[in-house]
Parts: sequence; structure tokens; C-alpha cells
Amino acid sequence: MARIIIDPEVCKGCGICVSVCPIKILKISNIVTNKAGYFVAEVVEDKCIGCCSCAIMCPDSAISVLKQ
Amino acid sequence: MEILYKKSRMLTDTPLSYCPGCTHGIVHKLLAETLEEIGAEGNVIGIAPVGCSVFAYKFFNCDMQQVAHGRAPACATGIKRCNPDKIVFAYQGDGDIASIGIAEIIHAAARGENITVIFINNAIYGMTGGQMAPTTLVGQKTTTTPYGRVVGINGNPIRLCEMIATLDGPCFVSRVSVSDPVNVRKAKKAIKKGFENQINKKGFSLIEVLSTCPTNWHMNPVQSLDYVKNEMTKIFPLGVFKDCQEGN
Ligand SMILES: Cc1ncc(C[n+]2csc(CCOP(=O)(O)OP(=O)(O)O)c2C)c(N)n1
Ligand code: SF4
Ligand code: SF4
Ligand code: SF4
Ligand SMILES: [Mg+2]
Repeated sequence: MARIIIDPEVCKGCGICVSVCPIKILKISNIVTNKAGYFVAEVVEDKCIGCCSCAIMCPDSAISVLKQ
Repeated sequence: MEILYKKSRMLTDTPLSYCPGCTHGIVHKLLAETLEEIGAEGNVIGIAPVGCSVFAYKFFNCDMQQVAHGRAPACATGIKRCNPDKIVFAYQGDGDIASIGIAEIIHAAARGENITVIFINNAIYGMTGGQMAPTTLVGQKTTTTPYGRVVGINGNPIRLCEMIATLDGPCFVSRVSVSDPVNVRKAKKAIKKGFENQINKKGFSLIEVLSTCPTNWHMNPVQSLDYVKNEMTKIFPLGVFKDCQEGN
């Protein structure tokens, strides 16, 4: 079982993580913005396989990946 | 609980000044992770250029020197010669390395200086608002080529790796991309090789990274990654153009 943690204050809502997740469990929120005003990335389903694709592609290093 | 991925210690907590989705950030991560993995913490001096990465000195957790436009390889030469035991890298954009600084990079390469140069090719002058760069693709629209780059007027794109690889001085010359996770992993290997060459005193390494500028390309970050994969690599093929270790 794996899961990711996205730091909402670091995320710039670029959408790159969303596009590279092979399981398609990420999306850019259309409700939640951070202090900078960006709509942030969020996890929509608890199915992460811990591939780290989202994390290695995030330009702002907003994502950590954990294995439980 | 095992940590599969976390931000490198070689990056500071300062938020990156780059636009959303700009791959300067990915290249920063690869550099930081590589330096951490080769155990270089506390023993690195980086050179920040002029361009969007002018503030790179705030983002890397190591000694940094910001230098005049295009002069990074010359400054890196001086710093490395005075501190031969330090690992020295120069970080340069395409405008920085291939127009105003074309002389510095060619001569540093020809001398075989024992430094590692990371060249971020985003085919545009990002910082100043999207003017044509030496690496702008034929047909690519920029503020100074509003109808697209025309060979008869604006000349042809410069393939820096191929040019540098003709010199006897360099040890390792490679072009990589950060358009997807597979290529990001390959890019990291090339950067690592560039630093290992320096540690083993093999001399000059140049790693060109095909990168994006979503803001000035007027594309979203994901479309920009596709543009790198589908258009940039046609003009700038990925690969190793010189490797002094090959066959050893
Ligand atoms: C001597 C000098 N000439 C011109 C400039 C203006 N200038 C600042 S950044 C830049 C181009 C940067 O483009 P590039 O190296 O490709 O970096 P990017 O911003 O795309 O990462 C120019 C021409 C300057 N700062 N100094
Ligand atoms: S680690 Fe892999 S599966 Fe999990 S969210 Fe990121 S890209 Fe998707
Ligand atoms: S890649 Fe990073 S900055 Fe971009 S949306 Fe995902 S978490 Fe946010
Ligand atoms: S202008 Fe272009 S290169 Fe500069 S930070 Fe923005 S996206 Fe990146
Ligand atoms: Mg540029």
C-alpha cells in the first residue's frame, strides 16, 4: 500500500502530476486554492501504487511518496 | 513506513521563482538528488547564470556564485582551478550558453576544464519575455519572430552538443530530456556521469536538457512536455555525442 502527500502551499497546480499518474487518481481541485491562489493537486482515489512518477515530475517538489 | 520519494536535502525551502510547470524545477531536482547521492554535500560550488535561473543560488543548498550573462564556464574555470577538490557546476540557459556566452563555453570545452555544465535548452529567452534564442525551432513563434522563425531571415537553430563534440577537449557530451518519467530517470543518469567524470578528473562534461517554457510558448505545462517530445527532439536528437569512457 502506498500513498502520496502533496504540500498544498508548494503546489502551483501545473497539472503535470495529473497527466503522468498511470492509475489516474490525481486531479487539480476546482475548489481548493492555496495562499498564492493556485488551484492545487489532490488525490481522488486511494489506489496509489507508489510508482513515484508524479513526484519525480513535480517541478516544485511538492509531492512525497510513502509505502505503508 | 518507508519513504519512496521526498524532496532532496540539497534544495532549500525557498519557493522556486519559476512559473507553474516550468521544467527548470525538474532539472534543479535532478541536480540536487545527484549531488546528494554522490555524497557531494558540503563540497559543491554552483554557478547561477543570467536568465530565469538567475536565482538558482537561493534554491540549491550549496555554495553558489551568480555571474554575468554567458560567463559561467569562465567563472567555473577559475573557481575549479582555485578549488580543485570542490565539485563545480555551471547551470546555463540557451540564450546564456549559445548566444552571449558561446565563446566561453567553446573555449572551456576545448581546454577540457574539469567542470560539469548543465545546459537548459527551452528554445527561447524565457526571462526577458520570450524572444528568439539560437535554439528556437524553425517556424517557432516568439516575440521577435512573430510569424515563426524563418531560416532566410533568422538563421538556423544551433546544435550545441554536436558542435562541442567535435572538439578534442570534452570528455562527455549528451542531450537528454525531462518530458516524461522515463526520460527524467535517463537525464539523471547523464548528470550523474557528468559529476563522476569530474570526480575522476576526466575533464569537461556538457549535459543539455530539453526543457519547457510554458509561459512564453503559450502552452499549458502538459502540452509543453508534448512539444518537447514531439517537436524539439526532431531538431535536437537525444543521445550521447561524445564519451571518453566508452569502450573502457
Ligand atoms: C549582458 C546582458 N545582456 C542582456 C541581458 C538581458 N537578458 C537577461 S536574461 C536574457 C536571456 C535569457 O535566456 P536563457 O539563457 O535562454 O534563459 P531562460 O530565461 O530561458 O532560462 C537576456 C538576453 C543581460 N541581463 N545582460
Ligand atoms: S505514486 Fe504513482 S500511482 Fe501514486 S499518485 Fe503518484 S503517479 Fe499515481
Ligand atoms: S506537479 Fe507538483 S506543482 Fe504541479 S500540480 Fe502536481 S503537485 Fe502541484
Ligand atoms: S518564463 Fe519560461 S523559463 Fe522562465 S520560469 Fe517561466 S516558464 Fe520557466
Ligand atoms: Mg532559454
